[in-house]
Amino acid sequence: MQVNNTEFKPKIVAFCCNWCSYAGADLAGTNRLQYPADVKIIRVPCSCRVNPIFILRAFQRGADGVILCGCHPGDCHYTTGNYYARRRMTLLFSMLDYLGIEKERTRVEWVSAAEGAKFAATMNEFVQTVTKLGRNRKLEDLRCRK
Amino acid sequence: MQEIMKKRASELLLDGTVSRVIGWKAGDFVYDITPAVFESAEEIEKDFVYTAFCGANLSKYLVKESKKPGKTLVFLKPCDSYSFAQLVKEHRVNRDSVYAVAVECRGKADVDKIRDCGVKGICGISEENGTLTVDTVYGDKTLPLSEVMLEKCASCKTRKHAVYDELLGEEGEEVADCDRFGKVRELESMTPEERYEFWRGELSRCIRCNACRNVCPACTCEKCVFDNDNSGIAQKAAADSFEENMFHIIRAFHVAGRCTDCGECTRVCPQKIPLHLLNRKFIKDINELYGDYQAGADPDTRPPLTDFRTTDAEPSIVYRRGEK
Repeated sequence: MQVNNTEFKPKIVAFCCNWCSYAGADLAGTNRLQYPADVKIIRVPCSCRVNPIFILRAFQRGADGVILCGCHPGDCHYTTGNYYARRRMTLLFSMLDYLGIEKERTRVEWVSAAEGAKFAATMNEFVQTVTKLGRNRKLEDLRCRK
Repeated sequence: MQEIMKKRASELLLDGTVSRVIGWKAGDFVYDITPAVFESAEEIEKDFVYTAFCGANLSKYLVKESKKPGKTLVFLKPCDSYSFAQLVKEHRVNRDSVYAVAVECRGKADVDKIRDCGVKGICGISEENGTLTVDTVYGDKTLPLSEVMLEKCASCKTRKHAVYDELLGEEGEEVADCDRFGKVRELESMTPEERYEFWRGELSRCIRCNACRNVCPACTCEKCVFDNDNSGIAQKAAADSFEENMFHIIRAFHVAGRCTDCGECTRVCPQKIPLHLLNRKFIKDINELYGDYQAGADPDTRPPLTDFRTTDAEPSIVYRRGEK
């Protein structure tokens, strides 16, 4: 049997907050909901932990899309973390768009611990969007290309 | 103006009110003026200058100088006074150890623009009522100041100081019709491909000299993220286009909400990269999304990135832009 390697498989980095989205991803797993294996989850204590450099580093190291998942606004384990993350990411995404980098490659979604189905649906949709965009060429580091 | 400033600085040094003066010092040429610290009236008499080439913002030097014993006198142009107020607000400078002297400013000249007008051999400059008289080895030339102003002065937002202890000259007015965001709007209306081409053209010239970081009065971290070998982009020369993008996005992001738009980054860039366009994009976004905010104008309000409203826009607002 041969594996077809010509098809583009995006690499997606998902930053998930420990308290809501990571548990949501876990729930998606225990409920046997399908979502693409291209999504690599990185667990962070809070969505607010994600520094703009993390997002850019992910692109540097070969990610084609980066998604940040956190608790719904108002539900943050640390009360207000995701409100700060929301402002930061809005400005960062706007700046990436301003530099001409495809805005569909970055996203923020609020996924609670009970929303396994939403997690799977979001990831399916995001992987589809990024697959359509193709490889990340505008924000890649050629030295990191494999 | 220069003589009034010299006289006042010498007086304050001699009567012991201040121990040192931060001002501008003449260089080898009239246009390469550098910021300098003066500690005696003799030094002031010898080297102190204030001409149309004194574009440098002196407020950042206070971070270091104001920690020394005694008071430090600093000369602030209107835009510099906002940077100063922001540094005081962030507790980087102790207000009590600074004697801030506000000086009037009608815009500063850019030597490259003067040269572009065909003026060569510059050996002196004077300004009167918006007209520059450039003394050259080939005789005097007069130019309207408005045509050869620094980028930051061409879109000056205010000629009124945010804070000072003493005022020399006349207090100016806010500039009502300044169009700071014109170029930003123009870029926003382009397609992503055009914007990408524009920024590649600009940022690929970056030589990572770090001048924009070092001059910025908002960049006062003792240890900068870019000095960390593990940041991924600590090298001096950018080895890949990614590093240029990363450096400039992060540099602008780290001063977002704190940038007073003093325009020093663009002034010092040896490669003439319009770095202020990145900062102004953040300022414009903050104004549009979180309400008008001018860093340094108000000592009490929280900067927009350390504050939030439960009703803030979702990041997805970025995707909906441009679709109408």
